[in-house]
Amino acid sequence: MATLEIKNLHARVAEEDGEQILRGVDLEVKSGEIHALMGPNGSGKSTTSKIIAGHPAYEVTDGEILLHLEEGDFGDLEIPDDARTWNLLELEPNERAALGIFLGFQYPAEIEGVTMTNFLRTALNAKLDEREELLFGEDEEEEEEDVGYDTSPMEGNVDDGEVGVAEFQKLLKEKMDLLDMDEKFMQRYLNAGFSGGEKKQNEVLQAAILEPSIAVLDEIDSGLDIDRLQDVSKGINALRDEQGTGILQITHYQRILEYVEPDYVHIMLDGKVVKSGDASLASELEDKGYDWVREEVYEAA
Amino acid sequence: MSSDQDHLKETDTEARFEFKKEQKAAFAAEKGLNEETIRVISEDKDEPEWMLERRLRALKQYQKMPMPTDWPGQPDLSEVDVDEIVPYIRPDVEVRGGVDDWRDLPDDIKDTFDKLGIPEAEKNALSGVGAQYESEVVYQNMQERWEEKGVVFMNMDQAVQEHEDIVKEYFMTKCVPPSDNKFAALHGAIWSGGSFVYVPEDTTVDMPVQAYFRMNSEGMGQFEHTLIVAEKGSEVHYIEGCSAPKYSAFNLHSGGVEVFVGEDAHVQYSTVQNWSKNTYNLNTKRAIVEKNGRMEWISGSMGSKATMLYPASILKGRGASDNHITIAFAGEGQNIDTGAKVYHNAPDTKSTIESKSISKDGGRTNYRGLVHIANGATNSSTAVECDALMFDNESTSDTMPYMEINESTVDVAHEATVGKIGDEDIFYLQSRGLDDDDAKQMIVSGFIEPITEELPIEYAVELNRLVELEMEGSLG
Repeated sequence: MATLEIKNLHARVAEEDGEQILRGVDLEVKSGEIHALMGPNGSGKSTTSKIIAGHPAYEVTDGEILLHLEEGDFGDLEIPDDARTWNLLELEPNERAALGIFLGFQYPAEIEGVTMTNFLRTALNAKLDEREELLFGEDEEEEEEDVGYDTSPMEGNVDDGEVGVAEFQKLLKEKMDLLDMDEKFMQRYLNAGFSGGEKKQNEVLQAAILEPSIAVLDEIDSGLDIDRLQDVSKGINALRDEQGTGILQITHYQRILEYVEPDYVHIMLDGKVVKSGDASLASELEDKGYDWVREEVYEAA
Repeated sequence: MSSDQDHLKETDTEARFEFKKEQKAAFAAEKGLNEETIRVISEDKDEPEWMLERRLRALKQYQKMPMPTDWPGQPDLSEVDVDEIVPYIRPDVEVRGGVDDWRDLPDDIKDTFDKLGIPEAEKNALSGVGAQYESEVVYQNMQERWEEKGVVFMNMDQAVQEHEDIVKEYFMTKCVPPSDNKFAALHGAIWSGGSFVYVPEDTTVDMPVQAYFRMNSEGMGQFEHTLIVAEKGSEVHYIEGCSAPKYSAFNLHSGGVEVFVGEDAHVQYSTVQNWSKNTYNLNTKRAIVEKNGRMEWISGSMGSKATMLYPASILKGRGASDNHITIAFAGEGQNIDTGAKVYHNAPDTKSTIESKSISKDGGRTNYRGLVHIANGATNSSTAVECDALMFDNESTSDTMPYMEINESTVDVAHEATVGKIGDEDIFYLQSRGLDDDDAKQMIVSGFIEPITEELPIEYAVELNRLVELEMEGSLG
């Protein structure tokens, strides 16, 4: 079981006189758990998610983010004793991804000219390679001979990487069925011209393919109609139920929580998690609004 | 408007690209390149008298014309070393575009060859070793099939001897006259090697004609001339150079390409060139397209210190069409100035131009294009799209899409984007497991994908790998 542990995280915008955004965030998310992170605009939710993934626009001024791994987190892959706790702040974004961190973006990038299939297979193989490198050190120089392309260059070299084209196609189809996504997505360019809903579905699809230990989903529910919300929710539940992914779901609304029931709800205010509870906290918040939280917190203080 | 096109002049609209009458001091000492040298070349090639005369006429024009110096943002040509050309063109020196021995190639070039997996055959060809190798056999087989159909594909020098009538009619007469520009004139004087392709009426050459297959026979010169004549209703795809990164110790390449697209004919000309970084690559390429004919230019310009290349189509007949796809890549110290020219000289003509450029480490790319729609070219349409991608703040890119529209019933569309590679895009890919380099590479390969999808698969793969190689190191 993997645990993401955020301790006293302070961060600011990484520029001269950059604004302080996080003022001591504490959070712990374990595999298999679903957490909802709620809070008003500007409270630091998205910033928290980006810093977990390693966005260069923020500078951490205090605190830490640790990832604890256990045997079995990467299937049969043995995890050496000295490689079970990682300080994420010392790692590149792709290294964090390799260790099982996934960020579902609120506004996913559109990459023209790169097909979904090519992108996802490249990402999956890059992740598996990087993971081995992190756990066991540098690759022993296995110079691959120059193998030719049997498929379109847009799909990459057949023999390139751990997961071959055929195997990958099968995997992709499975996951797309699960999310009720049309097969034609596979040949479309990554998010290019996707509707808002399609982009969000695609974020969940990517999580399903990459099988992270912890997935942080930043406003995955914004801009979704009710049908799409249900598809996406089904996908998120499947991440937890079938892959044991721990979910940290950032949302403004109670609505998605009806479909993806959280084990824990946290409320952020002014760069801190000020209140945590179970699913009932979300309903209470829905009734009483953030002012209620604010009053409670500042009264207590 | 009547269909009478007599008043439509053929190529009088070069004003934008015309060279200024100004003599550069660097060109004062041209004693090496003189009439005597040209006579010796021509004699050595055993050329007919008319070819010698054309060479001499071209030489005179070259000597008269000034260097281009005043185009906005143009590459600096003041270091173009014409003296280098002189020993090259003298027939008592080995006339080869390449070096004499594979071992003499600089390491970075050799390294590129190895990474690309360029076949041994091609290495041999480049090093001028006339060994027996398989591609020659393949080429021989293809040649037999073509010959049955009356298709001619041979070395330009050989064509002067064996197809004199055709060559005499078309060679630097109506398409690219030596007077076109200084380097066309130079080319006309000292051209050597290249390809001659002739496709008879209603003949389709079903596989691309590739200069690659006969590289050994003429060593792909620095001043090669390509002449393609596609008769009525014919179809041919010519591929040149491609991923063979041409290396030469000489620092000037000035090729000439002339294409004649007959009525209802279709010609595609594809080239991906990767010159050594000391080369000035100054070419003139032009096609004349008759009624309902179609010309497609696909070019990838990599390497070189400076490139100036603007393939042109003259849409002469009603319903003729043109399609340009160009890609340019400029790294440190490089200025890649490319573009396209299209002259709509008849009604119902169509053109599309798509240009992509990438610059990094202070490199510069320019798109310089001209679309001219003549008065009387009714119902013509043109669509120009230029996109530039920059890696950093040190790199530059300029877009200069000139339009001369002298007819009102036309459809003109133009789009241009210039942008820096997006940090958010890179972060997105990184968050999925790609490292910084791979993320950038993926974005670039996506950026040029519209080009690569037009190429035959093996060329697309090699173009992608070339781009990867160009990016290697600079990103690390």
